[in-house]
Amino acid sequence: MATLTYRDALNQALREEMRRDPRVFLMGEEVGVYQGAYKVSRGLLEEFGPMRVVDTPITELGFAGVGVGAAMAGLVPVVEFMTFNFALLALDQVVNSAAKMYYMSAGQVPIPIVFRGPGGAALQLGAQHSQSFESWCANVPGLKVVAPATPADAKGLLKSAIRDGNPVVFFEGEMLYNTKGEVPEGEHLVPIGQADVKREGKDVTLVAHSKMVAVALKAADELAKEGIGAEVVDPRTIRPLDIATITASVRKTNRCVVVEEGWPQYGVGAQIVDDVQREAFDDLDAPVLRVTGADVPMPYNKQLERLAKPDAAKVVAAVKRVLYLS
Amino acid sequence: MKTRETKSGARVAVTAPSAPFAGQDPAALRRLLRDMLLIRRFEERAGEQYALGKIGGFCHLYIGQEAVAVGTMAALRPDDYVMCSYREHGQALARGISSRAVMAELFGKATGCSGGKGGSMHLFDAEKRFLGGHAIVGGHIPLVTGAAFAIKYREGDQVAVCFFGEAAVNNGAFHEALNMAALWKLPAIYLCENNRYGMGTALERASAIYDIAARACSYDMPAETVDGMDVIAVRDAVARAAQRGRERQMPTLLEVRTYRFMGHSMADPIHGHYRTKEEVEQQKARDPIVTFHQRLVDAGLLDDVTWESMQAEVEADVEDAVRFADESPDPEPAELYTHVHQSK
Repeated sequence: MATLTYRDALNQALREEMRRDPRVFLMGEEVGVYQGAYKVSRGLLEEFGPMRVVDTPITELGFAGVGVGAAMAGLVPVVEFMTFNFALLALDQVVNSAAKMYYMSAGQVPIPIVFRGPGGAALQLGAQHSQSFESWCANVPGLKVVAPATPADAKGLLKSAIRDGNPVVFFEGEMLYNTKGEVPEGEHLVPIGQADVKREGKDVTLVAHSKMVAVALKAADELAKEGIGAEVVDPRTIRPLDIATITASVRKTNRCVVVEEGWPQYGVGAQIVDDVQREAFDDLDAPVLRVTGADVPMPYNKQLERLAKPDAAKVVAAVKRVLYLS
Repeated sequence: MKTRETKSGARVAVTAPSAPFAGQDPAALRRLLRDMLLIRRFEERAGEQYALGKIGGFCHLYIGQEAVAVGTMAALRPDDYVMCSYREHGQALARGISSRAVMAELFGKATGCSGGKGGSMHLFDAEKRFLGGHAIVGGHIPLVTGAAFAIKYREGDQVAVCFFGEAAVNNGAFHEALNMAALWKLPAIYLCENNRYGMGTALERASAIYDIAARACSYDMPAETVDGMDVIAVRDAVARAAQRGRERQMPTLLEVRTYRFMGHSMADPIHGHYRTKEEVEQQKARDPIVTFHQRLVDAGLLDDVTWESMQAEVEADVEDAVRFADESPDPEPAELYTHVHQSK
């Protein structure tokens, strides 16, 4: 198995799917000549040409709609948002066009499309460039929401998303693009809607997705030093959510902390807690706690930004509370 | 073709009044009249059924604008794509979706063209490439650019036609969609039905320029201003635009000047605060059905007997549609959860 960066794993998925299916094309800002703002699309223009690797003007609403319209007419678009911050301009097309067309037409007009790009905070990019919108999209019936944490999952889930036949919103981690991991070559598909236990443990379940998986794993390392076994469950898909894998873990550990980078109110974790309390009420030995981004617009200052983000220390503290150790 | 200079100095083609009928198939001309009449009678009955509570929600009638849908569809091929705004009963009928399927959809019945899940504003028939009524003003204009992109991607010679109202041209989606269509040379026809009012706001109260066709100059796109009360003028302008799309992959903006005789929706009175009764009456002198009927009679292409039987046929068709819709079943409760996702 080759070791690849998250970025190159995504690139490999795009390349393989575009080779496999001539209906698949990529469009977005700077995806072609510039080779991608984050170089995810490096080399694709050279291989597939400008009709299949389409540089767009800076018009998120417009090109997201072009993607949906192309899907209505039988193509399989991958629409890249340079970041999901800009995708708010396109939300009408994602929610009102893509998510609802199949239903409104009683199944006559499927929308096979992937909206992808980086989400979440990077470093000192300020309030308008540091936010997580998974919960916004996951609120909408008709959308699937995917957020891989590792290069292997990034490749396998992007390939599945492109083949899914439905609108999939695919959140990449801006800070994950350079991370490395082993990635199976060729036909590697990770099913949408299937969680993955990233580390086993018996004392507490940590649920985390995307960049927060690394935070949870780091916390688990620190907890292990104190003899506490933390199990890290990565849902990988936010909608549909594999609640069965999460609750199976909670039944084993009897305690749960949900970690997410986004804001606390009405967040992804709020949904997970709702599911866990209903599905595993009798197995819980403590209330489920959440570690989230601070409930503020992201500040620019480095120290304030650090305070605003979840980190391993905050996760460790939450785990000690559910274990009644603090 | 003549051109005129707009306030901004741009030059826009002006469609001449449609020529005499010489050389045209009389049956095809009568068919245009029949199709317009069908929409008129259908919409009258829809309004009536709305008042009876058989149709719910919003219901936007097309009365007055029939020549636009009928003229357009007459110039298209079955494999062209059509998308509309939420005032689309007329386009659906003109595209050949049955009165039964459209009326049943307005009734929310399982036999409707969208299975009762779409309603008045979301009519679909994928086989006829009638890809929706869309109910966010301007939101569907980029979708049509996308369908035109797909045509070019597959090296096809179809066109994609978008119906929208004049109020949509102040929307960012309009600008973004037309810019990309012109930039990429896509076979799209942006057909603006300028019926003078976006709900209750007159064009002059919403738009810095009143000449919608002139906006095409921003995108170096061919444009025409067309008399939307003249079905032949519409048909021919769309045919020119379609040819431009098929042969040269060029988009076109058509400003089709029309007028709605009814209120914005069934919730809105025919006149009201924003326009006078006199204005509506004056516009009715341009009634596309009355005037086209007269032209056919004057040209000796329509006699009383044919006209009578045409009316009877249309009325029977609509009557049958109402009965069919009324007698059709509601969707099964299990349909609530179908069609959220496509399963493989």
